[in-house]
Amino acid sequence: MPQSQDNALVRDIANRDYEYGFTTDIETEIIPRGLSEDVVRLISQKKGEPQWLLDFRLKAYRHWLTMEQPKWGHVDLPPIDYQAISYYADPRGRKRKDGPQEIDPELQKTFDKLGIPLNERLALSGVAVDAVMDSVSVKTTFKEKLAEKGIIFCSISEAVKDHPDLVRQYLGSVVPYRDNFFAALNSAVFSDGSFVYIPKGVRCPMELSTYFRINAINTGQFERTLIVCDDGGYVSYLEGCTAPMRDENQLHAAIVEIVVCQDAEVKYSTVQNWYPGDREGRGGVYNLVTKRGLLKGDRSKLSWTQVETGSAITWKYPSCVLKGDGSTAEFYSVAVTNNHQQADTGTKMVHLGRNTRSTIVSKGISAGRSQNSYRGLVRVAPNAEGSRNYSSCDSLLLGDTCGAHTFPYIDVNNDSSVVEHEATTSKISEDQLLYCNQRGIPPEEAVALIVNGYAKEVLNKLPMEFAVEAQKLLSVSLEGSVG
Amino acid sequence: MLEIKNLHASVEGKEILKGIDLSIKPGEVHALMGPNGSGKSTLSNVLVGNPQYTVTQGSVTFRGKDLLQMPAEDRSHEGLFMSFQQPVEIPGVSMNNFMRAALNAKRKYLGQPPISGGDFLKLVKEKREMVGLDASLTRRGVNEGFSGGEKKRNEIFQMAMLEPLLTILDETDSGLDVDALRIVAEGFNRLRTENTSAICITHYQRMLDYIKPDIVHVMMDGRIVRTGGPDLAYRIEEQGFDWLKEE
Amino acid sequence: MLQGGSHPLIDRHRADALALLEARGLPTRKVERYKYTDVGAMLEPDFGLNLSRLPLRFDPRSLYRCKVPGLGSTLHYVAGDMVEAPLEEDLLFVGPMTEFARRRPDMFSAYYNKVEGDSLAALNTMLVQDGLVIWVGKGHRAADLIQVVNLAVGSVPMMANRRQLIIMEEGAEASILSCNHSSTAQPHLATEVVEAFLGEGSRLQYYNVEDAAESASLLSTANFIQQGTSHLEYAAVTLSGGISRRTVNVSLEGEGADVAMSGLVVADGIQHVDNNLLVTHRAPGCHSDMLYKYVLDGSSTEAFAGKVLVCQGAQQTDSQQTNANLCVSPQAHMYTQPMLEIYADDVKCNHGSTVGQLDDAALFYMAQRGVGPEEGRLLLQQAFAWDVVLRIGLQPLRQRLMRMVEERFRHGTSACGDCGMCGVRKI
Repeated sequence: MPQSQDNALVRDIANRDYEYGFTTDIETEIIPRGLSEDVVRLISQKKGEPQWLLDFRLKAYRHWLTMEQPKWGHVDLPPIDYQAISYYADPRGRKRKDGPQEIDPELQKTFDKLGIPLNERLALSGVAVDAVMDSVSVKTTFKEKLAEKGIIFCSISEAVKDHPDLVRQYLGSVVPYRDNFFAALNSAVFSDGSFVYIPKGVRCPMELSTYFRINAINTGQFERTLIVCDDGGYVSYLEGCTAPMRDENQLHAAIVEIVVCQDAEVKYSTVQNWYPGDREGRGGVYNLVTKRGLLKGDRSKLSWTQVETGSAITWKYPSCVLKGDGSTAEFYSVAVTNNHQQADTGTKMVHLGRNTRSTIVSKGISAGRSQNSYRGLVRVAPNAEGSRNYSSCDSLLLGDTCGAHTFPYIDVNNDSSVVEHEATTSKISEDQLLYCNQRGIPPEEAVALIVNGYAKEVLNKLPMEFAVEAQKLLSVSLEGSVG
Repeated sequence: MLEIKNLHASVEGKEILKGIDLSIKPGEVHALMGPNGSGKSTLSNVLVGNPQYTVTQGSVTFRGKDLLQMPAEDRSHEGLFMSFQQPVEIPGVSMNNFMRAALNAKRKYLGQPPISGGDFLKLVKEKREMVGLDASLTRRGVNEGFSGGEKKRNEIFQMAMLEPLLTILDETDSGLDVDALRIVAEGFNRLRTENTSAICITHYQRMLDYIKPDIVHVMMDGRIVRTGGPDLAYRIEEQGFDWLKEE
Repeated sequence: MLQGGSHPLIDRHRADALALLEARGLPTRKVERYKYTDVGAMLEPDFGLNLSRLPLRFDPRSLYRCKVPGLGSTLHYVAGDMVEAPLEEDLLFVGPMTEFARRRPDMFSAYYNKVEGDSLAALNTMLVQDGLVIWVGKGHRAADLIQVVNLAVGSVPMMANRRQLIIMEEGAEASILSCNHSSTAQPHLATEVVEAFLGEGSRLQYYNVEDAAESASLLSTANFIQQGTSHLEYAAVTLSGGISRRTVNVSLEGEGADVAMSGLVVADGIQHVDNNLLVTHRAPGCHSDMLYKYVLDGSSTEAFAGKVLVCQGAQQTDSQQTNANLCVSPQAHMYTQPMLEIYADDVKCNHGSTVGQLDDAALFYMAQRGVGPEEGRLLLQQAFAWDVVLRIGLQPLRQRLMRMVEERFRHGTSACGDCGMCGVRKI
């Protein structure tokens, strides 16, 4: 393809609009900017939290003060002014009362626009939704129906009130507040998020889903998700996210903790489409997330699947601690970066139990001036005899101004385990493009087709409803990005 | 030569062999037939001492010695050879080095001095020509990049090198076309003597057209359910195994 | 003191090196590239330096007689950091740095200490008194293998600061074998900096064989700068030794340059080998290929990090990197980190890394043929290691190394036979 056309195509995608970039004009209660012990106390007070949780927050905050923002990722993360951010925004307004949740029509409209069904009658069958806007959960659907099976699905704030023992037992048990800088920050100021409890032997009959939306200006979102799947239980959980277009960077520092007990199975899927910033690299969300699952029981299973297309900067490593003997963990990831986006993402597989198995499949796609890195750790402890890991990390480059990087770390500490890692980096195949063109498929469609094929192994892991959306998202993200 | 009495064996805690009795005399060829999963391959693996299989009951004597007490390599030295169904590839270990190590280990076991380099190469050439194995293959790694037919021929070559007394052909016919099968079988027949015996495991009569069995056994669900002459194999070829289930 | 046995062109770099060392300090384990080797602990013992250039009390030629059949090498001894008198021809110089600096000061200044190194390289630059220069003039082919024998000497713990400066002019060809041996069981530490410049179209085979005592420590940094269409074959074989930390940086600066790197580590006991490689593709159409293999026994802790960096504009890059590791003891630890950092799109890069054990199916197959587990394991380990040795282009060395590897697995020593050196490690 001639160079001029090539450039035109690259420009084309750069000009593409972010579909979810609208803001909602809604009365929102925002506390003043800045972070201090008083702010932490204020958040806790607003949420009517018990003393033990306030103590947890304060310990985390004091520890955070002693830490420094990490520098090791292959991202250029500008210094963040933590005093310029508001740590609590409640779109339900000042008139909020206790009692049954009456959803604001404006809010309802927002989620309608995003295609998120908050009305149970209109909902996709088989998906229960917890919708979180800014700092609070605005609505959880199908709660009652799930309760019949003993399943708890609610916002974490409600869980603190209604199921304090469960929350207290598990909160911070997988990601301690000392874990890293952003985890400490989240532990101090986390606002809302979802809580899931699957009782012994129960298979959750529908997909559970949380939808995150940052709306308010100059606010950070610090959600916290906790999933506990008891012995023999099963749940599939989906997470989606968007944000309006704003010139400033917004901070999103979440924690997801998952506990998987004996013979239980959890699938966690993410389609992350935070606002990535404009084509000059202005604005966009800093997505700095700690996600970790503890495969606590024998033969437990945990599978992470992520499709990452949004955010200006992504820094996240959904991880698995394979503690139970014979436990199995998977990480499937597609990360697309374009324009000035930067992603440093991957996973950690820590094998502690015997005969544990883990699989890593990562597909990175870089375009524009973006930087896309896979970073992953596989550690096999001395006692994790007979363990296996297989990792495959592929990178696809669209254009000569972007970067694709692979940083695996492999530590093996016994002589009965097998760890295999392989990675390839290449540009999109001209032969494939020509072949498609010859059959009459225009270049931008051909790229979408090839990229989707490239990511298929991961997309196939997503639940049906999400797979279709993710596929569309990939096509839109890279429409005709190269020739 | 071989006496198997009430042999029970399991793999990963699951019992596969549920009481096998079998006696093989010098010079005899026994065919072992049976549907998939009946325990034929388990029996051969147990006989050669594959550590994945556990014997739970019974005894096996080979030329008067307790076979089950010996490690796999000593069973080999005693004259037991198995032609593997799927011979493993060992990249980087050349056939020549491997065979020389095998031959010298056996000679040591028998109290003989190691073979000289010249004699070894002479022997390789002689046996290679006998079974029609390409010279370039003995310089490659063990089975490394060999085709299915070459692997099977290589098994017969190794048999020729080691001159066993009892050979187990574990589905040597699988994955071979008619010509390759004929060449392998002819190689095997050339190596037979009146003192050597064989167990031929197969699903098909066509193998037995070349390697004429004296006795045919049918295994089902971990037991030998029928023993007969060569005509039993023909009946199975025509009618399958179902009639045996009904009886 | 240092300047006594040195040359002003070497001396004039010391102050800057000291400043750099003071500014950065020695690398600690918190620095990612040094995570697995405690450099501080290596430098802790009270090592002596042969500052006043005391002559050796023995003749290395009588003690170390390298008689590898067919090697046909010229031998150059470096005892501690003492270099023998030069071998000199019209287009070839192999000899002391001080001597070379006297004769060709301009050329020496143009190449000496030109590669910016880390603080360990600076430590060497600060302390080095003399080293070895290998210069091959334009279009010249050095017919004989240049064999450099590095000996650790001394009846007290000693530190030696070794240096090699290799200048390959346009179209030059040479083969260099640098061996590390101990003639003492005393703890000794060597810092080493190799700077090699490969001119347009030049070809260099550079081999390093380490067969030293457990009391030996090595901190080595090698930098290879390659111009267009130059070819480098690099191999490092560690069969025994104490603690070895090696950094090898290859910079492909001209179009069509090519590098093949091979590494073999056979480690047991408390041996520690940490290889840290960086290949930078700065020009288009270059090719790099790395194969590193480790066999870990005993309670050895080994590390490998290999990075391929493809700069913007380095199109048509073709790069492979493989690191395979065999753990044969439950106490062995392997840390491996193959990395790709790519800023160009028309590239074909891949890497693979495995940590595993011997194949049980292969062992059983061998046992069925009468090859018992002990011999079977030996054959498999040897095959695994030979894979690297077979890449060595210099045939007599390849043959010798195959034998040494077999010896190493069979008897735990890798005595190459004809000299008094190698028995030392058993002391």
